[in-house]
Amino acid sequence: MSAPVESTDFGVYVHIPFCSRRCDYCAFATWTDRDHLIGEYVDAVCLELDRSVSSGELVSATSVFFGGGTPSLIPGELLVRILDRIPLAPDAEVTVECNPDTVTAELAAIYFAGGVNRVSFGVQSMVPHVLTALGRTHDPASVARAVGFARNAGFLKLNLDLIYGGAGETLDDWCETLDAVIALRPTHVSAYALTIEPGTPLASDPARHPDDDDQADKYLAAEERLRNAGLLNYEISNWAVPGDECRHNELYWAQGDYLGFGCAAHSHRQGRRWWNVRTPDRYIETVAAGESTEASFELLDPEHRHVEGLRLALRTNVGVPSDALSDEDRELLDPLLEEAGGRLRLTVDGRLLANEVAVRLR
Amino acid sequence: MASLDRFRNLCIIAHIDHGKSTLADRMLELCGAVDPRDMRAQYLDSMDIERERGITIKLQSVRLDYRDHVLHLIDTPGHVDFGYEVSRSLAACEGAILLVDAAQGIEAQTLANCYLALENNLEIVAALNKIDLPAADPDRYAAEIEKVLGIPANEILRVSAKTGEGVSELLDAVVERIPAPEGDPDATLQGLIFDSHFDQYRGVVSSVRIMNGTLRTGERVKFVQAGSVYSAEEIGVRRPDPTPIASLGAGEVGYLIAGIKDVGEARSGETITTPVHPAPALEGYLEPKPMVFCGLYPIDGDEFTSLREALDKLRLNDSSYTFQPESSGALGFGFRCGFLGLLHMEIVRERLEREFNLSLIATAPSVQYVVHKENGDIITIDNPSELPTSTEVSLVEEPFLRATILTPTAYTGTLMELCQARRGEMIKIEYLSPERMELVYELPLAEVVTDFFDQMKSRTQGYASLDYEPAGYRSSELVKVDILLNAVPVDAFSMIVHKDKAYNYGLRMTEKLKELIPRQLFDVPIQAAIGGRIIARETVKAKRKDVLAKCYGGDISRKNKLLEKQKAGKKRMKNIGRVEVPQEAFVSALRLDD
Ligand SMILES: Nc1nc2c(ncn2[C@@H]2O[C@H](COP(=O)(O)OP(=O)(O)OP(=O)(O)O)[C@@H](O)[C@H]2O)c(=O)[nH]1
Ligand SMILES: C[S@@+](CC[C@H](N)C(=O)[O-])C[C@H]1O[C@@H](n2cnc3c(N)ncnc32)[C@H](O)[C@@H]1O
Ligand code: SF4
Ligand SMILES: [Mg+2]
Repeated sequence: MSAPVESTDFGVYVHIPFCSRRCDYCAFATWTDRDHLIGEYVDAVCLELDRSVSSGELVSATSVFFGGGTPSLIPGELLVRILDRIPLAPDAEVTVECNPDTVTAELAAIYFAGGVNRVSFGVQSMVPHVLTALGRTHDPASVARAVGFARNAGFLKLNLDLIYGGAGETLDDWCETLDAVIALRPTHVSAYALTIEPGTPLASDPARHPDDDDQADKYLAAEERLRNAGLLNYEISNWAVPGDECRHNELYWAQGDYLGFGCAAHSHRQGRRWWNVRTPDRYIETVAAGESTEASFELLDPEHRHVEGLRLALRTNVGVPSDALSDEDRELLDPLLEEAGGRLRLTVDGRLLANEVAVRLR
Repeated sequence: MASLDRFRNLCIIAHIDHGKSTLADRMLELCGAVDPRDMRAQYLDSMDIERERGITIKLQSVRLDYRDHVLHLIDTPGHVDFGYEVSRSLAACEGAILLVDAAQGIEAQTLANCYLALENNLEIVAALNKIDLPAADPDRYAAEIEKVLGIPANEILRVSAKTGEGVSELLDAVVERIPAPEGDPDATLQGLIFDSHFDQYRGVVSSVRIMNGTLRTGERVKFVQAGSVYSAEEIGVRRPDPTPIASLGAGEVGYLIAGIKDVGEARSGETITTPVHPAPALEGYLEPKPMVFCGLYPIDGDEFTSLREALDKLRLNDSSYTFQPESSGALGFGFRCGFLGLLHMEIVRERLEREFNLSLIATAPSVQYVVHKENGDIITIDNPSELPTSTEVSLVEEPFLRATILTPTAYTGTLMELCQARRGEMIKIEYLSPERMELVYELPLAEVVTDFFDQMKSRTQGYASLDYEPAGYRSSELVKVDILLNAVPVDAFSMIVHKDKAYNYGLRMTEKLKELIPRQLFDVPIQAAIGGRIIARETVKAKRKDVLAKCYGGDISRKNKLLEKQKAGKKRMKNIGRVEVPQEAFVSALRLDD
């Protein structure tokens, strides 16, 4: 990506709200005690998709993203059944988020045969004590195994999600994670600074809260190691082999249109944003009753949309037009920015202080 | 004409917490003034701030029917900062109940207020209170009162304001010993306004004591000092609920509403009379001189005018503070205000915030200095940032207090130590009674303004008490400590201190600010300096990370809201030397405690 393009892409997000255990940092709409609803839930999603197709609303998608929750927790056939409903553009990107624990050779094969062409594994860390501190279940060995299954099944695009800054994680631990992940030769890495989300077990335990300086050091370590491994940063928390950027996420950051299916899924079209009812139970009920699954919506006025667009673009290597900051702010923020071709992009230090820049965009 | 024999005008005076307001409760009950269902402890403490703090701040008058008599009772505050309320009350009375805690005995304001009452020629009825307490020792303290104040022990009543024991005997003694007021109801009207407040709907409401003549509803009333004439819209008495009546005659106490919307009129100390053939003005009040000063600034700069209005209106109810506009590079436009003490300062600030819906920042308290300049000029400053540079100054004088401390003898040593550490000079040390010592020191006011009182209380388990009066100015070795943020001096944090304490202040302030100032995009040095010399330094390291880790489709709006919040937060910060300082940092850094 180099210049901003009015994206003609169109994405579909499918939410799978089931997990085997809730991680201590997680605030996503997911449930650990509703597995008995999986069948009905998938039926409901399929029904909503069918309705959307016949109403002409859902047209061919350039990207599909199964997120969660843990999409890999539901039987592969069910996931493929959902995917089958979605009209796809040629070369569409189809991603499934997986928990490494739940990936088997069979599952990988079903996905690949069913049209999935990108998998994303929630690795978080390759150091056991860090995983425990995050409240994760898998052991590092299962990551290599899952990656192997995916490769054997034919997957070329492979993302690994990481979290840094968990309690007790040293800089060495983090570098160990990075090295181990790089050794698995992913085409894409998302590395997130552990964020304390309100209402999570982590939030109520200040002893496990991350330290900004520590996370800054770890970010710089990630940037260095990933870059040396040929993975280039293209959004604050995302690195990819050039050409293998996540098309679906790029759509979000370019304020493109997308439709979300399933409970708590968000959609956006031309400045109107809406989201579905939050629980799977409610979702199944509303779909069955033939009612709208929309819980609420938000309309962005042009000014608001403009600023939001700048803030999103700032996070990516697309950057923002040079006049998006006042001269005074430009001067103040000088070390955080570099200018080329009439656009401002964040430097590495700037990426760590992106909020300071974002709040001054105009 | 009904004789004035029926009336008794009195106030209750005492040291703080000796039970004045609780005694007033029992009197209200005994006289059937308050429905038992509505009764609550310290009924007359009607302001929220009084109830929360459990102290009386304002005088309160109430009219009671006791047997064949009408009592005008005024409950007064005991804290030294509110002594002006006591003085004003005395002028409306012929007698005073001097209440003394039977477990504590005489304390500093017992003496101070008693002397004040004697100066006003009031008949004193002394009573020992709290005799229900196991620790009460009425015999011992009756003897002490006799020795110290010359009131015969056998004339001192013994009551419990808690149980009501002895209260009717006390009222009988009041009726018997306190003289009825004198005055001629048929003479020309002459009355004294001893308190006023501003009511949003009614305008100025004044408490008035009629000396001569009769005040009648609907008649024209002249305010002598202001020179204005209004008509008496409503006249009434507090029973304690305001109850309109047709007239108030000589010797009576009540309230007057004359539709006055201008807060400059009908102030305490004003004389009312008739417009034709007016009576001469009564002796008004000598307004006390403020001793402690601070800047009050609205947190929201747009509230400057509201603050001015609020200061005007509140002054009607409390004329003992002063204010003058000033501006600060750090805080914008505000007022330099003078108060009678730290508690007074705290209370006025809190009342401004509550009663007028303002959010204020108060700068560090300061006293008034007299500066002699090299060029011969002499200037008075009450804001440390006004102190000229040291080369221009030949001498600085600071105010001293004559402080009287009463303490159980056991604590004499520790109190002398404290006074010495605060640059005090001993004037007198004397046994008041075998167990009680009187220490008199001359101390710099600035030393008392900090935490002297708290220190005194904690060193003596609360048993020592303090009273003070101004004792002139003396030259001292004072320096101004400036606090610099990113090399820019912040006027609001400047402080004038004795040279031996400058380092300590600099250290404390820089350490405190280091905790309070958020990390910025660059390293921020925080320095304390005297003149050009840096005496302390801290650094707030540049922040390295401030970014939302993740921003996917489902939470774009949530993340945007977080950024909006951050942006709004920046707006509320003051920019000083390119450093964004949150308002809370000023508030916390300038807080007196810690
Ligand atoms: N045991 C006991 N406690 C009392 C008695 N009288 C007052 N108190 C308590 O002493 C405390 C102070 O009483 P107040 O009536 O507020 O004292 P005050 O003199 O009006 O205080 P200021 O107005 O602030 O000077 C309260 O906790 C009362 O409950 C008494 O006779 N016996
Ligand atoms: C939508 S989540 C769910 C993916 C999958 N359920 C999993 O956890 O493996 C995608 C990624 O977000 C990241 N994430 C979730 N919560 C986070 C938090 N509180 N702080 C930082 N990253 C977080 C994790 O790296 C996670 O893999
Ligand atoms: S597996 Fe993923 S979605 Fe499930 S609880 Fe953990 S972080 Fe949340
Ligand atoms: Mg009281």
